[in-house]
Amino acid sequence: MSPRHWALTLLLALPMLAAAQPPAEEPPLTVQATLDAGQQERYRRLIHELRCLVCQNQTIADSNAPLAQDLRSQVERQIAEGRSDDDIRHYMTARYGDFVLYKPPVQRNTVFLWVGPFLLLLGALAIALRQLLRRRDTAAITPAAAPDPQALQKLLDEDRP
Amino acid sequence: MRFLIPAALLVVLLVFLGIGLTRDPREVPSPLVGKPAPAFDLALLGEPQRYTQDDLKGRPVLVNFWASWCAGCRVEHPLLVKLAGEGVEIIGMDYKDTDEAARQWLQRHGNPYRRVVLDAQGTAGLDWGVYGVPETFVLDANGTIVYKQIGPMTEQAWTEKIRPLLQGQKS
Repeated sequence: MSPRHWALTLLLALPMLAAAQPPAEEPPLTVQATLDAGQQERYRRLIHELRCLVCQNQTIADSNAPLAQDLRSQVERQIAEGRSDDDIRHYMTARYGDFVLYKPPVQRNTVFLWVGPFLLLLGALAIALRQLLRRRDTAAITPAAAPDPQALQKLLDEDRP
Repeated sequence: MRFLIPAALLVVLLVFLGIGLTRDPREVPSPLVGKPAPAFDLALLGEPQRYTQDDLKGRPVLVNFWASWCAGCRVEHPLLVKLAGEGVEIIGMDYKDTDEAARQWLQRHGNPYRRVVLDAQGTAGLDWGVYGVPETFVLDANGTIVYKQIGPMTEQAWTEKIRPLLQGQKS
């Protein structure tokens, strides 16, 4: 690869560095309830898949907005009360809609969201394949025609001032 | 012909992006619209009895979540006072606030509320899916939520969305 290609590759890889940064410090448990290790694991997983509606681009684990704090303690309380993960997700979507879930459920109005990228990929592959086949065909069928010397001369004459 | 398909795709994309520009990402559609008002049982400001979702039934009402610390509530307040003057019943839900601060705020700016429900802990706010005051729910006479205004109430939202919804309902 040329130096320019290297530079471009590095540039494209930059966002991956951002994604690879260590996660922000976990918010502590706030409710006066003792969760065992397994429950704490569930708490951590759930607060990372629920969206803070005030800040919108953060999970309730990442946000310090009062609403995120409320929702975290709600998750914690409900785990302590023995509710299942699905119960807690349902509690959240019943109040805030599917938007609160970072991972949207597969349902009628989100089907395109889930299959769309694959359709685009298939389309792109089909186009690329067609182009490749066409290029191969034209290369095989039309031999390089010998240039017409008279036409060439005419072009050169036109260029001359 | 060669460029027709990409051009058409671009136009489609631009139309979608254009629609996207006109939408406010902060307005998350509420799953509560079309559902009965969530249950609560809370104290009232300056009145001894308690107030529940059943007290919201029987006539159309606006349920307005507000707080004395909320800047957007100042913005919508003159409009609420005006609507109350026209006979619209507005129930205030004083969200994460103290009695004293709420009382002072209402004295200073006027009180458009028929009742002020004290949601000091924000528990009703949580059950109503409130994520930032002010938010206003429109309830029909059956106590069903028919509309949710996110952010300050505006003249436009009132005349174009909410008033038509309430017309045909007996008040």
